[in-house]
Amino acid sequence: MDYNTLLQILDTAVRFATPLLFACLAGLYSERSGVFDIGLEGKMLIAAMCAGAVAALSGSAWLGLLAGIGGALVFALIHGVTSITFRGNQLISGVALNFLASGLTVLVAQRLFQQGGRTPPISGEARFNPITLPFAEEARQIPLIGPFYAEVISGHAILVYLAFASVALTWWALYRTRFGLRLRAVGENPAAVDTAGISVTRLRFTALLITGVLCGLAGAYMATALQAGFGKEMTAGRGYIALAALIFAKWRPIAAMWACLLFGFFQALALRPDVVEWMVRVKVPVPFLDALPYMLTVFVLAGFVGKAIPPRAGGEPYVKER
Amino acid sequence: MTLMKSLAGASAALALMAGAALAEPAVIYDLGGKFDKSFNEAAFNGAEKWAKETGGTYKELEMSDEAQREQALRRLAEAGSNPIVTTGFAMSDPIAKVAPDFPNTKFVTIDGWVDPATNPNVLSIGFSEHEGSYLVGMMAAMASKTGTVGFIGGMDIPLIRNFACGYAQGAKAVNPDIKFVSTMTGTTPAAWNDPVKGAELAKGEKAQGADVIYAAAGGTGIGVLQAAADEGLLSIGVDSNQNHLHPGSVLTSMMKRVDVAVYNSFKAGDALDTTPQTLGLKEEGVGYALDDNNASLVTPEMKAAVDEAAAKIISGDIKVHDYRTDDTCPVYQF
Repeated sequence: MDYNTLLQILDTAVRFATPLLFACLAGLYSERSGVFDIGLEGKMLIAAMCAGAVAALSGSAWLGLLAGIGGALVFALIHGVTSITFRGNQLISGVALNFLASGLTVLVAQRLFQQGGRTPPISGEARFNPITLPFAEEARQIPLIGPFYAEVISGHAILVYLAFASVALTWWALYRTRFGLRLRAVGENPAAVDTAGISVTRLRFTALLITGVLCGLAGAYMATALQAGFGKEMTAGRGYIALAALIFAKWRPIAAMWACLLFGFFQALALRPDVVEWMVRVKVPVPFLDALPYMLTVFVLAGFVGKAIPPRAGGEPYVKER
Repeated sequence: MTLMKSLAGASAALALMAGAALAEPAVIYDLGGKFDKSFNEAAFNGAEKWAKETGGTYKELEMSDEAQREQALRRLAEAGSNPIVTTGFAMSDPIAKVAPDFPNTKFVTIDGWVDPATNPNVLSIGFSEHEGSYLVGMMAAMASKTGTVGFIGGMDIPLIRNFACGYAQGAKAVNPDIKFVSTMTGTTPAAWNDPVKGAELAKGEKAQGADVIYAAAGGTGIGVLQAAADEGLLSIGVDSNQNHLHPGSVLTSMMKRVDVAVYNSFKAGDALDTTPQTLGLKEEGVGYALDDNNASLVTPEMKAAVDEAAAKIISGDIKVHDYRTDDTCPVYQF
C-alpha cells in the first residue's frame, strides 16, 4: 500500500466519521445528563429526511440544515416528555422513536415526492459542497505533511469541520463551564444537584435539546453532504455505532473523536478489500470488517481496555421525593 | 320487468367479475425498490405501458425483506392474478415452491431460472448482459483518458460478474493494455440499495485511476453516478436509460429491456408461452442508450465502432464469453 492509498482511505474515514461524531457527541450530552438515548438513529433519520426534503424544495442547503435540526429537536422533545416529565422507560421511548422515524420518513417522503420514499437528487447550492482550505494546492509540495493536508484535511464539506469544532466546544463546555459541571453532576447524582437548588428537569431538557441539534447536524450531513438526498433507512445503523463509540470513549469528548475516527477508518477499510488483503496477506470477508466496530466494543465492555463506567444515574427517571 | 332488470344486472356483475379475475396481471419488484431508476423501475415502466395501451389494471408489490417473497406470491396467486411477473434472481426459489400449488397461474421470473420440465407454468426470462456490457465497455475504453476503467457491482453473484466480464472484454477489445478495476458492493441483498457505499466505492476507484465507471448495482448505482458527477468522472448507467440523471456525466446506459419483458408477458396474459427466453442484442433485449443527454459525450467514431461490434455479435463474428457458462472470465480474475 503506498502513501496515496493510505491518504485516500483516511479521507474516506474522515467523511464516514463525521456523522458518527455528531451522533456520538449528541449521545454524550444526553447520557451525561442521565438520560439514555437509544433513539439517536431515529433522530438522525428524521433529520436526514427533513434536510433532504427541504433542501430539494428550497434549493438551499442551509434551510435544509435548519429543517433537519428542527425535525431532530421534535423527536428529542418527545423523548424528553416521555422519559423526563412522565418518567417513562428511556430505552422503550428511544426504541419507539426509532421505529416511528423508520416508518414516518418513508411515508412523508413518498407523499411529498412520489419517488418510492426517496427525496429527489439535489445538486449545487442545495448541497454542502467540499471546500478547499487555503494553500491546499501549494502545500502538496511539502513532503508527507503536504499531501496529508491537501487530501485528508482539506476538501470536505463545512459540516465536517463543524463536527471537529464541536468536539473542542463540548470539551470546553463539559469541563470548563458551570453548565458542564452541573451536567456531569446531574448524571451521577441528581439528588445532590436538586439539593443545591438547580432544576434537574430543566438541565436534562437542555441536554436533550443539544442532543437534538447535534443529531440534526448528523442527519443533515448524511442527506445534503455525504449523499445527494434522503434514501430509505439511509443512516444504516450509524446511531448504534455512535452509541458503541460513546461506550468505547467512556463518555469523554476527545476520546469520542478518536473512537469515531477509528470506526470511520474501519468502515473506509471495508470498502477496500484489496488493501486489507494486501495488509494481512489473507482474504478477509467484508462482513468481518463491517462487524469490527461492534466486536471492538464487546472487547471494551469485557474489560480489555479498562473499565467503561456509565454515568451512575443513567436510565433512572429522577423522582424528587421518595 | 324489475326481475329482468335485476337478472341482467346480476349477470353483468358476474361477467365483470369473471373478466377481472381473468385479466389482472401482477408484478413483484425486488429489494432495490420500485423507484430504483434502474432494474425495477424498468419493470414498472413496462407495466405502465401495458396499462396505458390496454386500459387494464395490474397489481404490484414491493419486497422489503427476504421473508416476504413466498407469501407475496401466494397472496397474488390466490387473489387470481395471472400472469405474475417477478424481477430478480432471488424470486426463482420461492416460485419453484409456489408454482406447483397454482397450476393454472402463469409465473414469470426475470433474471431467474426455474426448470420448465418440472414447472410447466413458469417462464424464465434471461438476458445476454455480457453482450450489452461489451458494447459499453468499448465506449468506456474509448472515452477513458487515464487508461483505466472501473466497474461497481451490486451483490456479488454470477449474474453481476457477467456484467463485469462482458464490460472488461469490450474494454480490452479496444485497448488490450487497459487497466480494469472491479468492486462489488456486498454479498447480501442490502447491496442493491446502498448509495452511500456506492459513492465511496466510486471515489475509491477514482483513486485507483479509473475515469469511467460502470455501475451494475440497482439502487446503489444512484450513488455511483452521483459521485462520478461530483468528481468529474464519466459513468455508465444500467438497465433503464439513466442518461438523464446527470446529463454530461453519464456516458451511456446499458439498457436491459426488462420493460419489454414485462410488457410482453402482460400482453400475452393467460396464453403466455413458457419456453425459456434469453434476450440478447439480436432480440433487442440489451443495448446502449443514446439521447440528447449524452450526445456530446459519444463521438461518431465511438458510435461507428460500437454499431459495427453489435452487428458482428449478432452475426456471430464476435463471441462474447458468458461468465455463467463456466464461472470464469477470460480477461479478469474475480
